[in-house]
Amino acid sequence: MVSAASAATAAASNEPALRRLLRATEVDTRLLGMIAALLLIWFGFHLFGFLANGVPLSHFFANDSGLFITPRNLYNLSVQASYIVVMATGMVLVIVMRHIDLSVGSIVAFVSTIVGVTQVNLLPPYLGLNHPAIWILTLILALVLGAAIGAFQGSLVAYLGIPSFIVTLGGLLFWRSAAWLVTQAKTIAPLDDRFALMGGGPHGSVGATASWAVAVIACAGILFSLYAGRQRRARFRFPQRPMWAEYLIAIVGCFIVLGATAIVNAYPWPERVAAKYAADNNIVAPAGGLFISTGYAIPVLMALGVGLVMTFIARRTRFGRYVYATGGNPEAAELAGINTRRLTVMVFALMGLLAGVSACIESARIDAATNALGEQDELYVIAATVIGGTSLAGGIGTIYGAMIGALVIWSLQSGMVLLGADAAWQTMVVGAVLVGAVGIDTYYRRRTAKG
Amino acid sequence: MDANAQTPLVEMKDISIAFGGLKAVDRAYLDLYPGEVVGLLGHNGAGKSCLIKILSGAYKRDSGQILIDGREAKIDNPRDAKHFGIETVYQALALADNVDAASNLYLGRELLTRWGTLDDASMEAEARKVMGRLNPNFRRFKEPVIALSGGQRQSVAIARAIHFNAKVLIMDEPTAALGPAETAQVGELIKQLKAEGIGIFLISHDIHDVFDLADRVTVMKNGQVVGSGRVEDMTKDEVLGMIILGKCPAGAIPGPGAMTN
Repeated sequence: MVSAASAATAAASNEPALRRLLRATEVDTRLLGMIAALLLIWFGFHLFGFLANGVPLSHFFANDSGLFITPRNLYNLSVQASYIVVMATGMVLVIVMRHIDLSVGSIVAFVSTIVGVTQVNLLPPYLGLNHPAIWILTLILALVLGAAIGAFQGSLVAYLGIPSFIVTLGGLLFWRSAAWLVTQAKTIAPLDDRFALMGGGPHGSVGATASWAVAVIACAGILFSLYAGRQRRARFRFPQRPMWAEYLIAIVGCFIVLGATAIVNAYPWPERVAAKYAADNNIVAPAGGLFISTGYAIPVLMALGVGLVMTFIARRTRFGRYVYATGGNPEAAELAGINTRRLTVMVFALMGLLAGVSACIESARIDAATNALGEQDELYVIAATVIGGTSLAGGIGTIYGAMIGALVIWSLQSGMVLLGADAAWQTMVVGAVLVGAVGIDTYYRRRTAKG
Repeated sequence: MDANAQTPLVEMKDISIAFGGLKAVDRAYLDLYPGEVVGLLGHNGAGKSCLIKILSGAYKRDSGQILIDGREAKIDNPRDAKHFGIETVYQALALADNVDAASNLYLGRELLTRWGTLDDASMEAEARKVMGRLNPNFRRFKEPVIALSGGQRQSVAIARAIHFNAKVLIMDEPTAALGPAETAQVGELIKQLKAEGIGIFLISHDIHDVFDLADRVTVMKNGQVVGSGRVEDMTKDEVLGMIILGKCPAGAIPGPGAMTN
């Protein structure tokens, strides 16, 4: 009797403990769910590879093991996901506004061919091959061109009232063929040396010292934002998070940042590249080769930067607030005096600009521009956004969710590549996971709406 | 109170608007004095919501004139109307469901920090003050308004309307979504605002809502004004006759929509 009662109290105080943790830290449960799913995928692939391939235990996390959770694989994963991440942050706002953009992959192809032709054929006769201004001029060209295409499509949606699905479906067909016309189906390569750094690789990464510097700045940023948040709440006498929750967030946040940095720094330059570097700089390589940390890849830092800027835009600017309000109730936004048509144009222009960024990263990564670049990107970007919790009904979605969604998709893809699964299987699994994830999300949303 | 000695706060003259071939509002007129509550009555589809949306800037009139404080006013969109101190509480509770109360309160007029970013803390602090006055029990500032009850949402909508020094408040079926206690609360609020000198248009298809609160009523049918008059000069049955039959009683001034003979 007594023990049953105490067991019941224990159960009652146990269950709210988790809920109290969530409430105190104000962490979004969906975010936790996504991170859990991501870790599950990582460890699942890792363990499966371990069991299936008979890797010796001493090589459990080693680069040459062919397993999933190795510095090399995670580094490659981060580079491959970066251009999807960049576009997914923009797609969040497009979908929150109750629109869709199917044309991003084709915009990537068109922008990359224009940028490729400009830096390979048009500029060198005037500036000279690999002139230091070429990369920045062509990057700016990519951003402007992408934004202009986006703004054009957006104005067809906003002012002519053509559904965005149709406008961007037309764009999907139009821009890829336009890219073909630009290149006449030729591959434009190699690109400008500095431009190619945006694609990552040993030279397109920042190395150990700079990576640790990035980590320290990121940790300082986390601590500062927690402190500033506390100050702001204190100024208006709003309820504060308990101190232990603040410490927990700070510790977990810094741990993730430092851990990620340790991982990318544990991935060395390939032996031959390191040996050539040693020879060029008259360094005597030690026995077993020179160990040079790769560090964060430049495209990854670009994607993180885009994520930060987009989060700021979504959360802290009027523009972002209007995007969410319009997605929640377009009529109310209109009645509140918001110019929703101009807003639509701006959102599509921003999406186009981000497609321009991705065009640079993707073409730099393969050091070539082709009209086949970015094929099916639109599907991966939309899938990443939706898996990241953005509702196609509009009004709901987060930037960080879409970024994690992109990682989830790319983890599945790369995990299956490591296992040697056929391309057909890869696409089927991604498709199934997309439907499954949205199914779970819909079920969860309906339950919380009722409760 | 001899309202007619003053300049009307709002005067709408000869207003017409058509959608396709349908004349939704046909040479209608309406006026309002400071501290007065005017009920605008009619069946669903009589044109009352449409007429009032022209005043709030949601629709653009085809013809006619709007005078504010005796001067001709150009109202082409909701921003123009707000500029003249005309605020609206809509029938469909025009709130953005997915953002919180403070964001809705300031939607379109956000407070900014000196760096041009949203000052959510100040907005929430202000929202707490306003809501404290209107609905002291309101506590749910962090949640999206879709999670709120009908009465709580209505108080957010009303707070938004009055927070920016409204001179004219338009309430389109303000109690349609509310229970009896909340309806009474809105009634109290209307009396309070009237005492502060705000002119209020009360739009409804239910005369019981309007009769106790309004000083005057104007009745519309088929887009035209049937007639208007002071509440004390008419009975509820007579007003009902105006709404249903278009029959203008002796106590009211007939309009073009009144039954002839």
